Amino acid sequence: MLKVEDLHVDVEGKEVLHNVNLHIGEGETHVLMGPNGSGKTTLLRSIMGFSGYNITEGRIFFKGRDVTEIPLYERARYGMGMMFQRPPTIAGLKLGKLLTAVSGSGPENIGNFASQMNMGDFLERDVNSGFSGGEIKRSEVLQLMMQHPDFVMLDEPESGVDLENISLIGRSIAKLVDKDRHIVNRQKSGLIITHTGYILDYIEADAGHMLCDGEIKCHGNPREILKLIQEKGYRECIRCQRN
Amino acid sequence: MSEELITSISAEDRERLEMTGIELDEENRSGSFIQTDQHIHHSASKIEGIEMLPLDIALGKYDWLKEKIWNLVKRDKDEYTRFVSEREEKEGPRGFVVIARKGSKNIFPLQSCLFMQNAEIQTVHNIIIAEEGAELHLITGCTSSIGREKGTHYGITEIYVGKGALVSNTMIHTWGENIRVLPRSAAVVEEDGTFLSNYVSMNPVGYVQMYPVADLIGKNAVARFNSVVVAQKGSELDMGQRAILNAEGTSAELISRLITTGGKAVSRSHIIGAAADTKGHIECKGLILKDGTIHAVPEIEGRLTNTELSHEAAVGKIARDEIEYLMARGLDEEEATATIIRGFLDVKIKGLPESLQKKIDMAIDAAESGF
Repeated sequence: MLKVEDLHVDVEGKEVLHNVNLHIGEGETHVLMGPNGSGKTTLLRSIMGFSGYNITEGRIFFKGRDVTEIPLYERARYGMGMMFQRPPTIAGLKLGKLLTAVSGSGPENIGNFASQMNMGDFLERDVNSGFSGGEIKRSEVLQLMMQHPDFVMLDEPESGVDLENISLIGRSIAKLVDKDRHIVNRQKSGLIITHTGYILDYIEADAGHMLCDGEIKCHGNPREILKLIQEKGYRECIRCQRN
Repeated sequence: MSEELITSISAEDRERLEMTGIELDEENRSGSFIQTDQHIHHSASKIEGIEMLPLDIALGKYDWLKEKIWNLVKRDKDEYTRFVSEREEKEGPRGFVVIARKGSKNIFPLQSCLFMQNAEIQTVHNIIIAEEGAELHLITGCTSSIGREKGTHYGITEIYVGKGALVSNTMIHTWGENIRVLPRSAAVVEEDGTFLSNYVSMNPVGYVQMYPVADLIGKNAVARFNSVVVAQKGSELDMGQRAILNAEGTSAELISRLITTGGKAVSRSHIIGAAADTKGHIECKGLILKDGTIHAVPEIEGRLTNTELSHEAAVGKIARDEIEYLMARGLDEEEATATIIRGFLDVKIKGLPESLQKKIDMAIDAAESGF
């Protein structure tokens, strides 16, 4: 599904990612961990194709196609999706209108999906305006449900979400990445940034990656990596890599 | 409206009239007034308790109207009001009077259409009166014939909102590139009365200059001004709006959305807090899409301790992160920009009947493709 090869990314003239390699197969969901400022969001935004993330070396392949040079919206149309950690507020633009623009589907369909995400009362509200932490995440998931990407990147889906919402959001994300389907039928893939690992209670991730100082330091079982960080902190990872 | 009148207007011009919100079949209208240049074709209301008359006829019919004319807008205000006054004396007044009697109500708006075909200068003088408890909705479409090289429109409007009455006055302008437009309007609002003024101008126009004033003289009176304006290349729009909070508990809201695609737009807003327990808010947002100027001049003037006035104004371009947010959902840059602009212009007006809100939305949608 996604293959990142030897990726180097500059942000404002400074190299933030060095030599990143990542491979996510069809039907697989991976977890990306690492301390604050290690480059996790930069990696997601570079894969998605946002401006300001200058790829100086390396390639990104998506569904077999080299997408390194193609614009953001074409990657989205080709099946990439992203859940934002802090999406912008768009004054005046109603969430319902945005969902129509994203999916082209009618009000009935949108209404069904919106009520699944408890967002029925938000369709006439300005996108993200005055939304709480949980409401922002629910709105993001709803937008992704309408967009139905093949590969979805989630930037800290559990941050700022209360316990009641995390269950709804977790279960809905599991559906987005086909975790509700039998393993042989899974086609959709995901890459999730998490600090806490709470999301792993809802989505059994297939692999974990640890990003430190702009480099992926180790790959492995996500729960094991998380346990190690909890016990010994990120320093252990860096030390381990040096040895 | 008579068949004869409808067929006398060319198909192209009919389309322009419809863009300004005018419905020639009157199906969703409570009445109409049509003036082409200085000629009045039609003036009638279908609603009991509401009269819509040409000004000269109304002045003959009701003696008391003499006190209402040139009362809120003074004859000697400026060279334009003097011009209209002098012409009225020579040729007789043009324009209409609407009188909504006590407790009357129109759900479908009365429409007035001011159409410039051949005249060098069109003058019009309107008086709108809502008596106690009446609810009156008006839509005024102003347009000029396609291909008009130049022309000038002077419009005087005096609005009286009685006790507990509601008047909404929605103006949709679809002028031509070289037309000069100088409306002179004022409203007075009595106790518990509400005055809504809505202005939409999405098409090129030569020059517009106006500064309507609402004087809130009765307790708890409310005024709300909404304007949605696009200054296209070659257009100059100088728009003001003033509310004077002259009685206890009065409030005003002045909301403007401006876009320039190469033209010059000035948005002046002024609220004067002159009585206790008053509230006023100004919101002016401008988007510069291409070259052009947006000049926001919000003024708040408190004259005593117990008034609460505020303003917010912002001028700039669309934020890159907003565009890319939508692009990450699969919209290309053009679609993302248009979607954000449409949202920016989406102003929902409290107290306005749905049919009028739809007309405003349609006028905005029709122009949207140009961005």
